[in-house]
Amino acid sequence: MNAADLLTTLRLGATRGWITFRSYVTSREGFTQTVFWNALPLAVLIWLRDAPLPGTTIVVSALVLPGIIAVSLAFGVMSTAYNLATEREDGTLLRAKAVPGGTSGYVVGLSVASALDAVIGIVLVMVPAMFIVPGVPVGSALLWLGLLGWTALGLLACLPLGILIGSVVRNPRTIGGLGFLATTGLAIASGLFTPLQDLWSWLQVVVPVFPVYWLGVGLRSVFLPAEAAALEIGGTWRVLEAVGVLGLWAALGLLLGPVLLRRMARRESGSAVEARRQLALQRN
Amino acid sequence: MLVEIAGEADPVIRVRGLRMRYGSTDVLRGLDFDVRAGEVVTLLGPNGAGKSTTIEILEGFRERSAGEVRVLGVDPARADERWRSEIGMVLQSWRDHGKWRVRELLAHLGAYYARYSTPDRPRPLDTDQLLDTVGLTELAGRRVATLSGGQRRRLDVAIGIVGRPRLLFLDEPTAGFDPEARRDFHDVVHRLADDEATTILLTTHDLAEADRLADRVLILAGGRIVADGSVDQLARRVARLSEVRWSRDGQRFVHSTADAAGFLRELLASPGPDVEELEVHRTSLEDTYMELVRGHENGTGAPEKAVEVVA
Repeated sequence: MNAADLLTTLRLGATRGWITFRSYVTSREGFTQTVFWNALPLAVLIWLRDAPLPGTTIVVSALVLPGIIAVSLAFGVMSTAYNLATEREDGTLLRAKAVPGGTSGYVVGLSVASALDAVIGIVLVMVPAMFIVPGVPVGSALLWLGLLGWTALGLLACLPLGILIGSVVRNPRTIGGLGFLATTGLAIASGLFTPLQDLWSWLQVVVPVFPVYWLGVGLRSVFLPAEAAALEIGGTWRVLEAVGVLGLWAALGLLLGPVLLRRMARRESGSAVEARRQLALQRN
Repeated sequence: MLVEIAGEADPVIRVRGLRMRYGSTDVLRGLDFDVRAGEVVTLLGPNGAGKSTTIEILEGFRERSAGEVRVLGVDPARADERWRSEIGMVLQSWRDHGKWRVRELLAHLGAYYARYSTPDRPRPLDTDQLLDTVGLTELAGRRVATLSGGQRRRLDVAIGIVGRPRLLFLDEPTAGFDPEARRDFHDVVHRLADDEATTILLTTHDLAEADRLADRVLILAGGRIVADGSVDQLARRVARLSEVRWSRDGQRFVHSTADAAGFLRELLASPGPDVEELEVHRTSLEDTYMELVRGHENGTGAPEKAVEVVA
């Protein structure tokens, strides 16, 4: 693919991603989902607003806010995988594959739509949270640069991983069910809502393998005062480690995701979609 | 590129010895056929005869087991995106892009063809004109999921031709259509073939449809092509045959023959109980089709000699 083709693909993919996202949030289902999933964390923040964290001067809501943003990004894995599996089942991927350059455009579009979904979620939580949560350093450029940087790195780690999972796991309902439970469980176990030291010690070994833990570390490092580092494992912000692990996940996803997706997309045909349609109709 | 190298004289589709095997089942047992530029060819056959498999191999969506396939001069299994830009296909939509709006989807998918546009063959087709052609202008702003089956199918057709394909594949295009939608669809296909000189290969198990659309019919049964000819040629082959039904001694008989008068003379002159309930029918296209297909599926050979006893 030469530079002009690449640009065309990116432009078509960006258009596709924007239309997909806009069509989703303006549909009744999409609107309800978006409102619900962003109102829920806000309710938690309001509820925990002034609850003090024992032994510190910071409040629980301040600790939880970066965690909520990390979860929004981590759910990007699940929603990307879910959308990919669904759109393979319903023939969207086949439709894209039938036009020249359509599969590449589809992948860019899927990533753009998932990124928009995650970013809108973050904005919807972040704006009210500035007024709800005490002690957010809204005047600090470091906070906003940090938020931008961790969001970008988080998307880079999570979206290709979502494409990888969506290419391997066939059933969207498996991703929607198991994926949701696993992501939520992992978020809790990653100390996003309570300091990790309170949890079982074996979790402290397993959980740092996954990107969501490191997103939490990175985001807390820009949201919380220096003294809060005492709550982390090792008592410091392990920012370099966080960048390293997230970078590894991004590399893994970017290397393997497209290969697996291409392999999966090659097998798509009208009769494959029809067979799944028959299966789905039987289930209903 | 490779597409241009293929001269006008070469067939648009060339298939030799095409075989497809799933596990131990042979779905295609050696197909040979050509489709020439500008032809409208129907692949006719019962369910499971291998029509969809054949189309998917030609579309480059399925790897074949053996044989030679050239579509626009290129092996579809190794074709590039430029080749893909010359091919249109009408896919059976189900739920894809349900939340998108009709015009939006057509314009977006059309945009992928823009880089292959040339001054003498501008692509894609104008979105609004195309919506008008398929009668969806008033529904342009509707979400795809809210369309009726027939409207959705018209959108499928529009998507299939938005890139001005030189070759169009239609796999069971009118399944589930009401008669009006079917007639509208046939008009669109006729216009494409006449105005754009698009080569069209379609599958159907509807004989009337094959009759209305096709320059040539290929009948596929038991993984082989059992008949290949224009609708007229097939009809002539059919017209020779008559079906004679009678009963004798409580038993019912059916016999297909090219010489009904001669057969009747012999039958009535033959010794034995009286011939009763005698009927002679000119065989319809449907009857021949059924006989051809049935003969090949259970391997009883030429239909002219088939005499069956109906208990």
